[in-house]
Amino acid sequence: MTSPHLQPRTAYRDAHDPVLGGVAGGLARHLGLPVLWVRLGFLLAAAAGGLGIVLYAGLWLVLPTDAGFERSAPGLEGATRDGRRPRRARRLGDVGQVVALGALALGLLLAVEAVLGQGVVFWPVALGLAGVALLWRQADEAQRERWLDTTGRIDPVRVVFGAGGWASYARVGAGALLVVTALGLVFLRDGGAAAAGDLVLATLVGVAGIAVVVGPWFYRLASDLTAEREERVRSQERADVAAHLHDSVLQTLALIQRSADDGPTVARLARSQERDLRAWLYSEEAVDESSVASALRAAAAAVEDTHGVAVDVVAVGDAPLEEALRPVVAAAGEALTNAARHAGVPRIDVYAEIDDEAVEVFVRDRGRGFDLEAVPADRYGVRRSILDRLRRHGGTAEVRTALGAGTEVRLRLPRPARPPQEDQ
Amino acid sequence: MSTPRPTSVVVVDDHAMFRSGVRAELAAVGAGVVEVVAEAADVDEAVRAVAEHAPDVVLLDVHLPGGGGVEVMRRDRTGTTRYLALSVSDAAEDVIGTIRGGARGYVTKTITGPELVDAVRRVADGDAVFSPRLAGFVLDAFAGTFAVAEVDEDLDRLTEREREVMRLIARGYSYREVAGELFISVKTVETHMSSVLRKLQLSSRHELTRWASDRRLL
Repeated sequence: MTSPHLQPRTAYRDAHDPVLGGVAGGLARHLGLPVLWVRLGFLLAAAAGGLGIVLYAGLWLVLPTDAGFERSAPGLEGATRDGRRPRRARRLGDVGQVVALGALALGLLLAVEAVLGQGVVFWPVALGLAGVALLWRQADEAQRERWLDTTGRIDPVRVVFGAGGWASYARVGAGALLVVTALGLVFLRDGGAAAAGDLVLATLVGVAGIAVVVGPWFYRLASDLTAEREERVRSQERADVAAHLHDSVLQTLALIQRSADDGPTVARLARSQERDLRAWLYSEEAVDESSVASALRAAAAAVEDTHGVAVDVVAVGDAPLEEALRPVVAAAGEALTNAARHAGVPRIDVYAEIDDEAVEVFVRDRGRGFDLEAVPADRYGVRRSILDRLRRHGGTAEVRTALGAGTEVRLRLPRPARPPQEDQ
Repeated sequence: MSTPRPTSVVVVDDHAMFRSGVRAELAAVGAGVVEVVAEAADVDEAVRAVAEHAPDVVLLDVHLPGGGGVEVMRRDRTGTTRYLALSVSDAAEDVIGTIRGGARGYVTKTITGPELVDAVRRVADGDAVFSPRLAGFVLDAFAGTFAVAEVDEDLDRLTEREREVMRLIARGYSYREVAGELFISVKTVETHMSSVLRKLQLSSRHELTRWASDRRLL
């Protein structure tokens, strides 16, 4: 079901932090450039004969928003759809940018007017642009709300107004009014000269106006239909996984019922099942060998299952699990096993910090501790598996322990410099 | 520490089973120390219960019908109530978002009864409650490995000392052990925690937004 296939790179508009339509933000992410550069580029192009404005409008029209393509863990998605999670609040800073852009646009229009000296061109253009901008904004809003809608049916009223509310009615009303006024002003300008050519032109302008106004809704609707098909496939896939998990939970519960008197077994079963569910519902944290953090989590899970102790893994940063980094993961696994076996506590903390320079792992328990000097020379666990192993690979390891004060194993392994022969 | 009056608590969670479980647990373990004065199942109920009882601490579920736990904190008018988030979700955006919303602590629902009573007491006394996982998220957030949209670029960085404290908390140290390790007082550790919280809540700009949205200006 999850065959690895090539994902074409697609650009989306940024729906989280949009200044106007989120075009620049989305484009910046797509091209891997700072968003300021893209915005400056648009501004420069706009100054050069208005190309930037046309480009921005065109991209706004055709690029879908990313709101519908967000993938998070199903528990979180479900909570978002039910409105049980907070939505990102709008900040004053965002409004400031829009105000600045508006002022800039107004200034440009006034400059054009000052150069050409025609108040007649200025007002229709300004009003028309403002109206179309409002209508497009509303089309975005409606699309976003369709994404959050769980019923999945497309209702013509909702397509235009979204979930309703005075803001959306006001946007559509004001937008339409502004566009009509602008068209009216164009007509009024040469009302006297009723030549046939003018009439044809006016009709064309009207048709174009309607197309521009209604266009975004049609376009978005079409793209929504495609995306809905995708969504259906995804939800089927998810239903399979849900069924699978459901079974596994039920299985575990049945096992727990049967061994209800065996406390440690019940605890172990419940703990492993909880880890399973939590990982599926609330995080994308992988438990495989793909990265240092996920390998550590896998080691912790194995210890949890075999020894029946809870292991809390906190990882800051991450890195791919290269061959050179395996010793630190193996040593951490050994330290975990030791702690689970000898410390006699129900809980172990693992903290890993992975940055560009080094991988550091701390394995800590609050157990009975031991006297490092008193460990017999023929016992190799700590000495060989942890201390010597890291020393051999250029790292450092330290065991801090005292009788009754718990144990902390500190591991540090420098990361290899980027291999220079990578391009061969 | 030796207040004769028990800490009053409102439990907010949309699962009745969980609410009664917490109530029973607090009654059993925290008898005389904490006292559950009300329960609520959604945002509106919670806001009403908080306004009516003005509790010392609200145990707040993060996922709550009506806009999530953050909405309850946003609509709180008492100004004296402190919030301790109690959630089954330990997704980074939930944790950081709730702390930014004004919660003084965040614990997951796997917490044991005595630990919960202790956390409630500490929050009521004005301390922050950071679990190792929470400290990990904070470090991640400030190290820039966390999603950029969630953290402002002009956010104050953690000082070296705050970073050290967070690292020790993430390693599973208690406040007292952190103090011993760094040769500072427990009070100082708490001060560092408060400044981390303040940085997470974005100080002045965040306050401004909150002020504006409270008055329906945004």
